[in-house]
Amino acid sequence: MSEAPTTTLRRTPLADLHEQLGGRMVPFAGWSMPVQYKGIVEEHRAVRERAGVFDVSHMGRLFVVGAAAEALLRRAVTYDVATIAEGHGHYTLLCNDEGGIIDDPYVYRLDSQRFLFVGNASNGDRDAERVQSFVAPGDDVDLLDRQEQTVMLAVQGPAASGHMARIIGPEVAAIEKRACTELPYLQYKLFVSRTGYTGEDGFEIVTSVEAGRAIWRQLMAAGVEPCGLGARDTLRLEAALPLWGHDIDETTNPYEAGLGWVVSLDDGAEFAGRDALARIKANGVDRKLACIKAAGRGVIRDGFPIMHDGQQVSIVASGSHSPTLNTSIAMAYLPKALSKYGTELAIDVRGKMLPAVVGRRPFVPHAGDNVAST
Amino acid sequence: MPTPDDRRYSKEHEWLKADGDEGSIGITEYAQEQLGDIVYVDLPEAGSSVAQFEKMGEIESVKAVSELFSPAGGEVTASNAALVEKPELVNTDPYGEGWLIRIKTGDTAEADKLMSAADYDAFVQGLG
Repeated sequence: MSEAPTTTLRRTPLADLHEQLGGRMVPFAGWSMPVQYKGIVEEHRAVRERAGVFDVSHMGRLFVVGAAAEALLRRAVTYDVATIAEGHGHYTLLCNDEGGIIDDPYVYRLDSQRFLFVGNASNGDRDAERVQSFVAPGDDVDLLDRQEQTVMLAVQGPAASGHMARIIGPEVAAIEKRACTELPYLQYKLFVSRTGYTGEDGFEIVTSVEAGRAIWRQLMAAGVEPCGLGARDTLRLEAALPLWGHDIDETTNPYEAGLGWVVSLDDGAEFAGRDALARIKANGVDRKLACIKAAGRGVIRDGFPIMHDGQQVSIVASGSHSPTLNTSIAMAYLPKALSKYGTELAIDVRGKMLPAVVGRRPFVPHAGDNVAST
Repeated sequence: MPTPDDRRYSKEHEWLKADGDEGSIGITEYAQEQLGDIVYVDLPEAGSSVAQFEKMGEIESVKAVSELFSPAGGEVTASNAALVEKPELVNTDPYGEGWLIRIKTGDTAEADKLMSAADYDAFVQGLG
């Protein structure tokens, strides 16, 4: 079990607390992060059934502030940020000029002139440079990278709301899905949103290091399960939420990834990748990101060949074990004709053929959704 | 969990417990702890043969797959059927209900190439 030297890895302001809790620290996107504390399955179940907290301080946090903030973001991302009301957020994409996905940030609007752009850890600097590249001379806008100075926590699960209300205040429970607000905590200020990447109800918090550590300690005292990257991955995979670098990247476009709903082509805005995306939409895609479920025992993992009628038709983008379904699940790009529900496949698991079938998206319904979205 | 001294251990973190001319084989507490949640175990079938320190199967946790190396050679007489439905037994009881296979042991000298519980503990300590 070799690990990269930790000296070169960045540590979040909570790293010492993770180590005290017995968190197994692993290198991830240049950071030393806990992959698990008690165990992935136990942490996964805690989030599905009760509440868990993740230190997501490794994620990029860029405040975009100024009279030109909205216009700048509209040039950079695929979603029409003008339609994001104050105190709300939306999933967006940062695309290259060919329509490939550079990152899949969440953009929150605090008020008319302040936005928070949350990107993946692995893309932090690139995201900031990309957004900066759309600043025109004289624009009244500042990009404030607050990753170093702040902590970001994700408190997720059906009991998250109750815990948050007790620790921060009853107003937390009133925050609507995908909404955000600023609240006081002791003498500190919190950014709190009702978002997350687990498929469960939950919150994300951005605040000072001091307040972040205090809230973490309060959550621990309340019995909220500390959760690592391992459970974060199995939870998001069950929810069929794409992971950048696995399910989406610059070689994939939003339409084949099933993310056409975050591309706003009708507001006339000239955003990065718009022409390419309009063309891709008009022409249609020939492959789709599909949800695949094992129909036998074994674990499907990233990169495994996918077979149909004896021919390799794709490779696995993301694969793991689903603690909720107690079987292996995966996402992969399949030729459109094979991406339909019920298509029988075989996954080449180190030379052995594991039968699998195209399932519905998501594997596990998102909390609050009565009908699984497609 | 103390390392039981009624069996012998390999550097690959498997144990061999002799019982007459048969032996049962499993993985150690250290190994299950390192692997994390075990979700699938691929074991040799009864009637097949395994060789000492050679690959005998695979064990998959949520995170990763690892190869299993047999601590002794011989003919497989049984594999633990309970692990098909409950692979987590390897996590919860690696020295008991979470055993992997039983074999008809051949070369008794093979056990000499394995470590005692005390030596294995020292070996694991050395891994840091």
